[in-house]
Amino acid sequence: MPVQYYIFLSIVLFCIGVMGVLMRRNAIIIFMCIELMLNAVNLLLVAFSKMWADAGRVDAGGAQIFVFFIMVVAAAEVAAGLAIIVMIYRNSQSVDINIMNRLKN
Amino acid sequence: MSLQQIVFGVLSIISIISALGVILSKNPVTSVLCLIVTFFTIAGHYIMLNAQFLAVVHIIVYAGAIMVLFLFVIMLMNLNAEIEPQKRNWLKYAGAISGGALLLVLLGALREADVTPLQSGSTDIGLISNLGKTLFNQYVVPFEVSSILFLSAMVGAVVIGKKEA
Repeated sequence: MPVQYYIFLSIVLFCIGVMGVLMRRNAIIIFMCIELMLNAVNLLLVAFSKMWADAGRVDAGGAQIFVFFIMVVAAAEVAAGLAIIVMIYRNSQSVDINIMNRLKN
Repeated sequence: MSLQQIVFGVLSIISIISALGVILSKNPVTSVLCLIVTFFTIAGHYIMLNAQFLAVVHIIVYAGAIMVLFLFVIMLMNLNAEIEPQKRNWLKYAGAISGGALLLVLLGALREADVTPLQSGSTDIGLISNLGKTLFNQYVVPFEVSSILFLSAMVGAVVIGKKEA
């Protein structure tokens, strides 16, 4: 099966994530779209890892280790980011990102 | 058309449709549920790519931990469809068009990519024993640093979430 299929699937998922970040105003949905983009890249890394493993490279597991670290960083990011969103909601009763331009004053 | 391609096609269609559901649904809870479906199909892709350990970790971390956190936060705040303002529709179209343009550019750039096809045989590179050897032989320092990152994220979340004194 060609690797192109996985490349195309990853591109489509990544661009859906980009569209979501650009279109939606809800901060939580923007966060979920960031998760979607991270997962698209993870999928691509795993597909390339399989490709290298088929080619007989013994260090092909490195790509999967990178995926592991991306998951770790994503989990930490979600914990801190959702805490920030909850605090914004407590202060302003909304998660609309347009409200956050009050940060510049 | 082999069985592998059929499974790939079904999983891909489900994951793309549910990813579209994430960005198009009005209700945030529906978005989270669609995202869970997407994550499960991505775990299916990992299993097809012989990354068994990553598939299990993916389900545990994303579908188990992160999505529960999202759902908990959404249920904590009283969100509904009319809170999200519907004004400035052109911004929505601009986002969709620019995302679609990025999609077209990337597809066009990588359409002619010359990569070797995947073989259908299984490899044992994604098993936990091999990955563990790689992790603890070559990537010990990033592994330990990530534990510090987790600790600081936890402490930071608690400090942010505390009511200001």
